[in-house]
Formats: sequence, C-alpha cells, structure tokens
Amino acid sequence: MRTYKPKDNVQAKAYYTDRFWVAPQVPKSDVAEDAVFAADLEALKSKFDIKDAYIQVEQMVVYINPCDNFEVIKFMRDELEYTQLSELSAIDWIAKSNQFEIFYQMLSMKKRKRVRIKMFINNGEAVNSVEKLFRSADWSEREMYDMFGIVANGHPFMKRILMPYDWQGFPLLKTYPLEGDEFAAWYEVDKIYGKEARDIIGPELRDTARVDRYDSERFARLGFEIPYGAEVKDDAAPTVQSYQEEGGVFMIKKFDKETSVVIDDPQR
Amino acid sequence: MQVKNRLTPFFENITFDRDDNELILNFGPQHPSAHGQLRLMLHLQQEMIVKAHPDIGYLHRGMEKMAENMIYNEFMPTTDRMDYIASSSNNYGFALAVEKLIGLEVPRRAKVIRMMLLEINRLMSHLFWLATTALDIGAMTVFLFAFREREYLMDIIEGYCGARLTHAAIRIGGVPLDIQDTFIAQLKAFLDKLPQNIKDYEDLLDSNRIWRMRMEGVGHISTEMALSWGCTGPMLRASGVAWDIRKEEPYELYDEVKFDVPYSDKGDNFARYRIYMEEMRQSAKILYQTIDMYEETVKNNQTELMAHAPQYISAPKLDIMTQNYSLMQHFVLVTQGMRPPVGEVYVATESPKGELGYYINSQGGPYPYRLKLRAPSFWHTGILTDLLPGHYIPDVVSIIGTTNIVFGEVDR
Repeated sequence: MRTYKPKDNVQAKAYYTDRFWVAPQVPKSDVAEDAVFAADLEALKSKFDIKDAYIQVEQMVVYINPCDNFEVIKFMRDELEYTQLSELSAIDWIAKSNQFEIFYQMLSMKKRKRVRIKMFINNGEAVNSVEKLFRSADWSEREMYDMFGIVANGHPFMKRILMPYDWQGFPLLKTYPLEGDEFAAWYEVDKIYGKEARDIIGPELRDTARVDRYDSERFARLGFEIPYGAEVKDDAAPTVQSYQEEGGVFMIKKFDKETSVVIDDPQR
Repeated sequence: MQVKNRLTPFFENITFDRDDNELILNFGPQHPSAHGQLRLMLHLQQEMIVKAHPDIGYLHRGMEKMAENMIYNEFMPTTDRMDYIASSSNNYGFALAVEKLIGLEVPRRAKVIRMMLLEINRLMSHLFWLATTALDIGAMTVFLFAFREREYLMDIIEGYCGARLTHAAIRIGGVPLDIQDTFIAQLKAFLDKLPQNIKDYEDLLDSNRIWRMRMEGVGHISTEMALSWGCTGPMLRASGVAWDIRKEEPYELYDEVKFDVPYSDKGDNFARYRIYMEEMRQSAKILYQTIDMYEETVKNNQTELMAHAPQYISAPKLDIMTQNYSLMQHFVLVTQGMRPPVGEVYVATESPKGELGYYINSQGGPYPYRLKLRAPSFWHTGILTDLLPGHYIPDVVSIIGTTNIVFGEVDR
C-alpha cells in the first residue's frame, strides 16, 4: 500500500519522531510580572475584549477579536505610545482549525517594549486594513494578501506585491508545495513561448537539485553520465572530462589525466 | 484610425484619450542606479514626479517558504542571500532568534567574535553604500576609494570564513571557528587607517558643490512619516529619532561597549549621508573595544565557542571524534535537525540597514512552522511611494541611493 500523505499540509515533515517524545514549551509568564505591560493590558481591557494575554520571550502577546483590530491598534498608537508597526503577517492553521492567525508586531520607543497583537480569522474572511494608521501596513497587507490570499478591507491598492499580478495560488499556504503547483510549472513556458509550445518545452522543473533516489539506473553514474531521459546502456563510453581552455589556464599547464602521475606516498 | 505599417505599432481598439502632459516613465528594473531589481513607475509632469509606484518582486525567491521546508541549521546559509552586502548580520539575527527560542546562553568568546563580525559587516555595508551612492551621483573617486577599503575588510572576513560575500560565519549557539592569527593585526591596521580614510571621503564630498546640491534638502522624511512607514536604522535616525537597537535593547555585549548613536533632525539625504559617515566612526570605536575584550577572553582562557546544549547543538569536533554519545547526537542533529520548543519569538537586531527582525513560530518540529523575515529595506522601498512625488527625476537617483535598499532583502 502506498503511504498516506496528508494533502492539507505538504511542507517538509520530520520523518522520524520518537513515540515518547514530548515537545517542550517556551515558557510563558503572567503579564502582571511586568509593570509596564500590566498597565498597558489594563488599559486595553477597559476598552476591548481581550481573549488571552501573556509574556513570552520578553514580549507581551495579546489575543483580540478580529473585528477590533483597527480600534485596538489605533488605541495602542495614540494612547499607549506604540508608535511603530514593525511587522504584520499571518500563520496558516487551515489544516488544524480552518483559520488564519494574524499578528501585528508593535514597538514603543518610549517604553522600549514590544507587543504582539494576535487574532484568529476564519478561512475566507477579510480583515480590516490598518493602512490608515500606519502606512507601513500598505505593503505588509499586500504581502499578506499575496502570500495567503487574506484580503484587507479598506486597503487602497489590494494587489499582489511580490508575485506577478496574474499569478494564481497563494505560495505560503501549507497546501502549496515548495516547488510550485501545476500553474507554476507552466507559467513561464506559457508566458514566453505560448501555450502551443508546451509539448516541445515541457513543464518547468523548479527543484533543480532533485535527485530521484529510487532511480537505481541513472543514479550515481559518475564518470559515465548520460543525458536525462536517455536509455542506460551497459557499455556506455566514459564521459570526456578536460579543461575548457584549449591552451591551458594562465600559469597552469593543461591537465591531462592520462599523462599525469598520482603520488600515493604521503611521506614522499 | 491608425495606418498600419512596420514602423509604428498598430493598436487595435485602443484610443488614446489622455490629453494632459502626464508621462509614465519606467525606471528600472535594469537601470544601474535602481540597485538591482527595483522597477519604479513614475508619473511625470514635465520633469516633476506626481506619482510613484515602486514595483518589487523581481528577486523573490520565497525564503519564508524555503524556511518552512528546511531544518534550522540548513536555513543559515540562505539568510546570507537576504542582505548580501552584510550577510553576517542576517546570520546573526537568525541565530539569535533561535537561541532565544531555545533559551541558550552563548559563550563569551563567541559573543566577542560575533560582535567583531557584525561591526565589520556594518563597515562593509556602509562603505558599499557610500561607494555606490557616490557613483550614482557621479563621484567616481569616492567609489574607488571606498571599494578599496571594503576590500581590506572582505579579506579579513575571507580569512575567517572563506567567503567574501555570503559568509555563513555564525552558527546557532555560537561561532564555528576562532578568529585566525592574523585577524587582530589586520583589523588594527585597517582601523588605524580608517579615520584618515573617512576624512578623505568627507574632504571629497562635504564641500563638493554637486554633492551638496543633490543631497541637501532633497528627499526630506519627517519624523511622523518615518515612524508611520516603519523606517528603522539610519533612515529613522536621520529623521530625528535616536533609536538604535544596539543601545536601547542591547544584545550580545553591546551594553559593555561605549559608542554614540548619531542622529539628525534634518531628515534629508545629506543628513543620512552624515549619519552613515558617523556610524562608521562609531563602528571603529566598537571594534577597538572588542579587540580588547577578545584579548581578555584569551587571558582568562575562555576558549568555548559554541554553547553547551547537547539536545540542540552538536558537541565540539574533538568530542564527536572521541565520544560515542556525542557522535550519535551529532548524527541526529545533522540528519533530523534540532527541535526547538513550542512557542514563538520575534527578535529584532540592528543590521546596517535598520531593524532586521525574525519571527519564528515553532511547533516543536525540526522545521519552523512559520518564519517571517522583517527586512528593513522592504519599507524603505515602500516609502518611495510617498517620498518621490514632488521631486525631479535626478533626485530619484540620490533618494534611492540614500535609502540604502538591497533587493535580496526587499524581495527575500
């Protein structure tokens, strides 16, 4: 029977995990342990519904409702002096709960503190754009859309940013394979040569380092290499190896395998 | 109706209904001053830009996707390809993020060596910035001078790790090697000459009429704009915010060294230029102190270079070759990779370009579940949307120059 491969997450996975192995946790501590964070959290709690909050690796993590994100970030910026939105992106949890986790990484230069605002949205839902608050979100939200397909409502220019405009599929989804999907394999062939050339050129092989380890015939024919797809014959001629430069490289005499001497004795 | 011939292209069913003088100019992605792969779509009224639309993605290699499919140590050489002008600082940011996730303490000598590498990288990056920007403006001599000095630094780095650009000189948990015997002598020789070199550049540029005209008052970024656009590093410091992560949230041994954070409230190209020059001096100051710190570790016989954490980090070579258990650990760590605890971390470091952040979400597996690279140049390119309108075409070149964007980092 063929081994089962989950389709909802095609990323690399550990091929062996001890069955008694329990993953340790990065310690989380209570927000009350840090006075600055505790005050910020109090202020947030008085206005918004906070689902969870803790400190992990010196930074406070706050979970909010996805409908509040604009107001929370506005409050953070105006009242709590978190004047910079360093980063904003999503995490794909579709396989687990059909959700995306969105995080906003904020920095207060006055307090020297960093806070991560997090929220869950369901697959297919949109988020409110915070581009009106931080111009940096303009590009971050476009990148999030480009990579995950999460639309930001109210964004002035919700287009792809890193991938081509006419690309299909969202590369950072866990369902998207590393070497690209069917569309990716034909994208450049279709663009450059046209669809009618597909038969002649063939799909683009994006994983150039790929070695078919089950191919016992073509694998490791060192010195007897054959072109890809050619038939393997037992009496194949050895691959001719020589310097490209006919006259030899400057200062180096042309290396000739036949006439050269190999010195075996390391004590020579 | 157009008459179809071989010289003028024939457009079917297209009417040209714009009657204003707006011209759309494609700047790049092949323009030499577009720093690689930036494409700028500029809407022009005469020579003035009314709308700018930076288009990126020409160097997108999907590093975040690659990271999800690589074990942690495997990803280290890939980080080199982000900001390839100062690649050790990318290595360092990643190593620090994973170390914080695991909770590792790095030996002191490794910390000192890392700081040396980071500051050498900062100098390399700033010299490269000066060279290319000066070349874009037309100052060929400065380009040659700065590249000459950068070459000395690259030789030192090459002696350390064997590579000139893509160093991969830092490991998770420490550094792979001690510095070579000639390192400190070479570095000292370089640093002793550096003040004179910087003075040479400044003599060539500071009172140069062309340089000042193209830099002063051009590309003004206000404090609000810089904060809103997520500017960091010299871009932010030139706009009146004295924020340097080395100073404010010190990592490694930056709290033990003395240095100043130059900043300016001018916000224009010239302010950024002044800050880069001053930062080079400060880097030299830090490097002198790290040399003393290194010699102190030699005196105290602190020879450890990698953290001791058998679950995550391979043992030293001698142990691997002599002890069975170390060899087994090493084998598992190389083939399967380390498995950091479940959790997430965001670590920001001050790379030469600005705040370089790594967000890692680990689910306890050997592959990161999500890795987000926060590269400063991404937003320094984005700000061109708001910065360029109102400027003239020649200003575009000097503004792109002083933003110091590197496209390996923008597109990732």
